[in-house]
Amino acid sequence: MQTHLADWIKDTPEGIAAEAILRKCVHCGFCNATCPTYQLRGDELDGPRGRIYLIKQMLEGEPVSARTGLHLDRCLTCRACETTCPSGVQYGKLVDIGRAVAARKLERPWFDRLQRRVLAGVLPRPWLFAPLVTLGRWFRWLLPASLAAKVPADAPAAGARPPIRHARRMLVLAGCVQPALSPDINAAAARVLDRIGISLVEAEGAGCCGALRFHLDYQADGLQDMRRLIDAWWPLVEQGGIEAIVMTASGCGVTVKEYGHHLAGDPAYRDKAARISAMTRDLSEVLQAERVLLERALETTHETTHETASARLDSRATDKPDARSIAFHPPCTLQHGQQLRGVAEGILSAAGFKLVPVPDAHLCCGSAGTYSLLQPALSSQLQADKVAALQSGDASMILTANIGCQSHLAAAARLPVRHWVVALDERMAEMESFK
Amino acid sequence: MGDPGVNIERQAQVRARLAALLPAESILFEREDTRPYECDGLSAYRQQPMLVVLPANEDEVRAVLVACHDMRVPVVPRGAGTGLSGGALPMGDGVLLSLARMKKILSLDPAARMARVQPGVRNLAISEAAAPYGLYYAPDPSSQIACTIGGNVAENSGGVHCLKYGLTVHNVARVRGLTIAGEVVEFGSEALDAAGYDLLALMIGSEGMLAVVTEVSVRLVPKPETARCIMASFDDVERAGDAVAGIIAAGIIPAGLEMMDQAATRAVEAFAHAGYDLEAKALLLCEADGNPEEVAGEIARMSEVLQRQGATAIRVSRSEAERLLFWAGRKAAFPAVGRISPDYYCMDGTIPRKRLGEMLRFIAAMEAKYGLRCPNVFHAGDGNLHPLILFDANVPDELHRTEQFAAEVLEKCIALGGTITGEHGVGIEKINQMCVQFSASELALMRGVKAAFDPDGLLNPAKNIPTLHRCAEHGGMHVRAGRLAHPELPRF
Repeated sequence: MQTHLADWIKDTPEGIAAEAILRKCVHCGFCNATCPTYQLRGDELDGPRGRIYLIKQMLEGEPVSARTGLHLDRCLTCRACETTCPSGVQYGKLVDIGRAVAARKLERPWFDRLQRRVLAGVLPRPWLFAPLVTLGRWFRWLLPASLAAKVPADAPAAGARPPIRHARRMLVLAGCVQPALSPDINAAAARVLDRIGISLVEAEGAGCCGALRFHLDYQADGLQDMRRLIDAWWPLVEQGGIEAIVMTASGCGVTVKEYGHHLAGDPAYRDKAARISAMTRDLSEVLQAERVLLERALETTHETTHETASARLDSRATDKPDARSIAFHPPCTLQHGQQLRGVAEGILSAAGFKLVPVPDAHLCCGSAGTYSLLQPALSSQLQADKVAALQSGDASMILTANIGCQSHLAAAARLPVRHWVVALDERMAEMESFK
Repeated sequence: MGDPGVNIERQAQVRARLAALLPAESILFEREDTRPYECDGLSAYRQQPMLVVLPANEDEVRAVLVACHDMRVPVVPRGAGTGLSGGALPMGDGVLLSLARMKKILSLDPAARMARVQPGVRNLAISEAAAPYGLYYAPDPSSQIACTIGGNVAENSGGVHCLKYGLTVHNVARVRGLTIAGEVVEFGSEALDAAGYDLLALMIGSEGMLAVVTEVSVRLVPKPETARCIMASFDDVERAGDAVAGIIAAGIIPAGLEMMDQAATRAVEAFAHAGYDLEAKALLLCEADGNPEEVAGEIARMSEVLQRQGATAIRVSRSEAERLLFWAGRKAAFPAVGRISPDYYCMDGTIPRKRLGEMLRFIAAMEAKYGLRCPNVFHAGDGNLHPLILFDANVPDELHRTEQFAAEVLEKCIALGGTITGEHGVGIEKINQMCVQFSASELALMRGVKAAFDPDGLLNPAKNIPTLHRCAEHGGMHVRAGRLAHPELPRF
């Protein structure tokens, strides 16, 4: 596409990066076909191609108003468009630049600003967020229905964490909202990895990965969160003995994997950030790499085949869905952001789960970080569509790979929604009890 | 803020009229909002529309058309905006009518093998909806993931499987539309034949000049039991062209018969990772579908012909996943070129199959003449060429050279006994070449057909069929083979 970036941005690092991305776009429109908001709104301005155009106009120095801001806000940043784009347009990076420029040029209405400030202040601080969730649970009856639905039911029990006993060690990120909402996830991940000879360790003082503030118009604060997390991890990384950094929430995972990109302009952190990104793996990647060890741990599956078969027969007799039949929701940050498709699903199949086909699996569930709070109308439409798709087969459980999607879906689903590693851990524990 | 091409007073008048008919969020008028609509898939041609309207149903479409007719405002219909000939290029004094919000599948009858859909339904969405019944919609343009059926009707779109299954015109039974006056018109019927003139065939490919499509009944066909694809390498482009002719001459009708030259193959491999032979000067993809015995037989016969014609390597897909992978690169070929060039100009001419080699030599000569690269992708079985001229719109003069390059190629198509369009339509892109392909009296007849539906010339008036005035201007510039086009017309 032809571009004429304005003088005030043309030669800045932002301008150079944006120009390179814009020139790859050939305006074919394939991206609109897999864009969740274009599918709902049918307006070019609410699809990636239109947003690219809006960003281009702004960077070319055209007058810009809250209308451009609105369409950029409506983007979920799910990056399904990047998976679809044959030209290799890095939309996610472009929209980050577009939003940063829009934030400088446009002032949001006071209520919008307040909302974002509160979210940016509370969510990344576990010491503030966790007690608020507890309060929310107690006083749910006082809350308006829309907010009450967002407060999760009692957090599932985490269970015991194995002692740190193996020579092979990996770092794991506790995350900011995950410990309060679903402490079982990292505990289950620790138990599963412990079974194959890897101990998970958490670093003292590790906080939010930075994604929350970065995507709330506080890009500088988000970068600060990233530096803080690097500082918390660095001594352990330096010291050696840490093989990898494991992510149990794909939303954090995609962010940490891009630290090298986000901090490329900071000479003090550039190299550290690149090293951290290179060490970061989604949990599914870690287990996939240890597939041999994992399958050995799962070997008892053969012994329990007859048990599974009889369970299936029982379920047919009682007309209840098979307990191992699951619907998997691949988070956008996993399938589009990290381009990891089918990995967690493959591990679940190997563990004896039956994956029910889910229509439109490429579409976002509407959670998208704080999107569900900031764009409630579009978000709840996507949530309803996604829950219907996940429950259209005969699954007995919904599994996913990101805390945001998990809580968002759980608020509307009839079936239980859990992290896939929790189900895997239970399956392994169950098989051990048969030994 | 206004655009040089948009009259603000006129815009306010028309907007006031439409505001009474549609919700406010369905009318876009600010420059910021309308500029992203200034082009379709052919981004070299751009024009900011006076207004963009986004109706949600046929009643709203009718209301907009009646108002525009009354106020003498030109209307340009648009589907997904993926067209490659600029058929949906807006007009500065006109309304751009987007049908993207009308995307319901109204009915799907597996017994009649027919689906009734709104114009904004995506081509691929029809096949997805029909899949549970073992059926699909056959025409498969490369943009099928995004393009809409209304746009397919307007451009008579094709696709890689049209050699065996036909273009849009062969797969649509009925089109319902509205004239500019808001009158309902129905073309064809869901029955086998419709009485009277075959106006359905006239409507399909009319590029939104006769009526705005509001509903389409498409035929569905059973999904072949199985399909397999051969990928054959050649060390010479002309030899590959001869092999295409050889397959057809052997009496085989492959489900698809496609060719890519080396430059195209290298560009798409980076996206598709299809395992294409990057050393081959040309690759042929030849598909057979049907029951397993038929497919095995046809694959064997095609392999034999290919070998005899000098293929240097032959690979046959071993699984459905591999077959789809073979096609993934071909289907993404145009945009994948975005990886090697900031802009490209995709052409769409058709020539007799046996002239393929001659055409390729001509294109190579043009690459040297204009200093521009041009990878080639063909629906080889149909003789339909898609040369992709690579240029950089930020470099002054490159677009101009590209246009001249393209014009020479299209005029060569006519000289070789072919036509200027295979499946992308004429739009704005090839409108000047229409003057070369048709005589003044033929064009006058075509304008007469338009006038019968749209006497005021308001529906997409600047596309597809040139005015004689336009031809005279073009002819004034182009003297071909020592002959002036339309010497009978006065020059301006």
